[in-house]
Amino acid sequence: MIAFLRKLPRSLPWLLSLVTLVAISPTLRAQDWIRTGSNLTEQRIRIAAADFKPVGSDPQTPSLKSTFDATLYNDLTNAGIFDMVSKSMIPAVTPGSPQEISLPQWAADPANASFVAFGALSSTNGRLSVYGWVLDAKNPGSPQILGKQYNETANQDNARLIAHRFADEIIAKLGGGLNGIAETKLFFASSRTGSKEIWVMDYDGQNQHIVTKQGSISLSPRISPDNSRLAFSSLGKEGWTIRMFSMDLGRPVSFPAGIAGGSNLSPAWSGDGTKIAFSSSRSGDPEIWVCDSNGGNLRKLTSFRGPDVSPTWNPKTNSQIAWVSGRTGLPQIYTMDTDGANVQRLTDGGYAISPSWSPNGQFLAFSWNRKYGPGAPGGQDIYVMDIASKRWLQLTHDAGSNDFPSWSPDGRHLVFERAVGGHTEIWTMLADGTEQHQLTHSGKNFMPNWSWK
Amino acid sequence: MNSKYRALSRTRSALVLLVAVAAIAGCSKKHASSSSSAPPLSGPTPTAQLTATPSSITAGDQVVLSWRTTDATSISIDGIGDVPSSGVRTVTPTTSTSYHLVARGDGGSADATARVTVNSAQMAVAVPQDSSASNMTADEQFKANVQDIFFDYDSYDVRPENQAALSKAAAYLATNTNIHVLIGGYCDERGSNEYNLTLGQSRANSVKQALVQAGIAADRLRVVSYGKEKPFCTESTEECWQQNRRAGFTIDR
Repeated sequence: MIAFLRKLPRSLPWLLSLVTLVAISPTLRAQDWIRTGSNLTEQRIRIAAADFKPVGSDPQTPSLKSTFDATLYNDLTNAGIFDMVSKSMIPAVTPGSPQEISLPQWAADPANASFVAFGALSSTNGRLSVYGWVLDAKNPGSPQILGKQYNETANQDNARLIAHRFADEIIAKLGGGLNGIAETKLFFASSRTGSKEIWVMDYDGQNQHIVTKQGSISLSPRISPDNSRLAFSSLGKEGWTIRMFSMDLGRPVSFPAGIAGGSNLSPAWSGDGTKIAFSSSRSGDPEIWVCDSNGGNLRKLTSFRGPDVSPTWNPKTNSQIAWVSGRTGLPQIYTMDTDGANVQRLTDGGYAISPSWSPNGQFLAFSWNRKYGPGAPGGQDIYVMDIASKRWLQLTHDAGSNDFPSWSPDGRHLVFERAVGGHTEIWTMLADGTEQHQLTHSGKNFMPNWSWK
Repeated sequence: MNSKYRALSRTRSALVLLVAVAAIAGCSKKHASSSSSAPPLSGPTPTAQLTATPSSITAGDQVVLSWRTTDATSISIDGIGDVPSSGVRTVTPTTSTSYHLVARGDGGSADATARVTVNSAQMAVAVPQDSSASNMTADEQFKANVQDIFFDYDSYDVRPENQAALSKAAAYLATNTNIHVLIGGYCDERGSNEYNLTLGQSRANSVKQALVQAGIAADRLRVVSYGKEKPFCTESTEECWQQNRRAGFTIDR
């Protein structure tokens, strides 16, 4: 016994490491499949984003440059594939062209950068001009990866826009050919004007503005894959109808198939933009219906007592739909073929809602309260499920009530709504649940939808 | 060699410790379960839910208490006594009362409270019964006869205790054939906006169906779901949630 006690202190670290291993390894494994499937590489690319060199003496230049620098750094940080060299480790120089950069300075510690993004910015006679380069710091013999030139009217919006474009070029070049998301948009519902309307903002929360002016309750915005039309559901004299807003014309356009008796809710575009699925109770019970994007060929896919709502297409194949059904009681996630056959239940209980199908067809993101019931309000969190294996991973933990996940087109990000203490706001995160950022801060903002490009 | 041996011995002592810990844990568990003096809490923790509808009445009116529990072996409501694990009871409190339910089970206990505010009946008495009916506006008469129907969580089945209210509504509508009715389906704040809109639709549909079966023409009944978009109250309490899980009626003009 004495010997046993004497050995205890020395054995403790062993025990601890054993316990830690057992506790951590399933989590690591769980996050592995989601990272692989969503192209979030395990090995991040070490990149330095230098502050751009201001050229000329135009008084506008400094503020445009600071917007551009901050936006570019933020876009690369958000991409989910870079290990950013922190600003404090960046050499205190601002090279404006490849002739002005000394690569060994960037490749060496502490920056230790594999790649350097840098360039020059000037505003002259109301025009904003940007030259941007990316060099391979570890290959000084032939370093150039990217060289780009931009020219737009000089204003803050364009300083952001050019930074987004340059970031997307860098991400496409270094991130395995997948396009970046810095130029994508987020549509969402907001009650900040008093009525619930559809709004739009840049992917990083900047540039928020109103789209619809129905003066009623408008919900469930879904942008078409080509960004030309916005489908949403709105409460009017005829009850809930599916409405269309032309982004090209800047006004509502007619969509007769969405107006019929009963509630018409939760529109969803197929990945090729040719079809729309939605929920309608025009025949009595709320069921999933499908029609062509012009409203033709309307047909009912489900026929089962209980609510059916929130369809989402497999955007890879366009031959499957996932949706929410209350046919067995609490709502669960199901999939079916687009002719209504081959119905499969994916969730094994609780309260599962709001599915979104990942761009590569592999995953469903959805909101799940696994312990829903009387006396147990529980947490409503965002989950991702690998459809083939039905493995799932919980992405949000102990932070309010989370709903309406929507995939970014690169499959690396999710946008969702989070309600904390009666305040509902829009958040984004990486597909493995890390790097959660709040994008909206005033009023009730909810039901986000990520544009397809 | 020496250090290698030491490492080995350290591993061995860790294993010994693991075994020892496991053995102790196994032992104490066995001991505890065989002891009758201090029974452990085993099994899931009970849950309890109690609602009173309506939560505000005039003295003499009835209130429907409805409750649900899970994982409980003994359930009681103060002032009523032992009750089944779920059920419905009509009470007629004469003063404002807090009904308190306690559910005990193997995994512990849970309680739930529902408050009923009883308003003085003086005002109602002051106006003679017969003339009040004739003095009531059409809206007031409608409200008095066609009252909200409340639902269980995630349910669109009309509760048995609501049949009386539905019969009263049907009788009123049968004699007032010029009135068209808008039936609104409402839900509590939990769950998604989209799913709750279909649930509200199903609630309103259920009530419409019940009125049609009672002989009211379907074309006089219009159904709109408000889901959780137009809540009656906004507190995150079971009492408020129950107020929001309803089908409400208005004259459709």
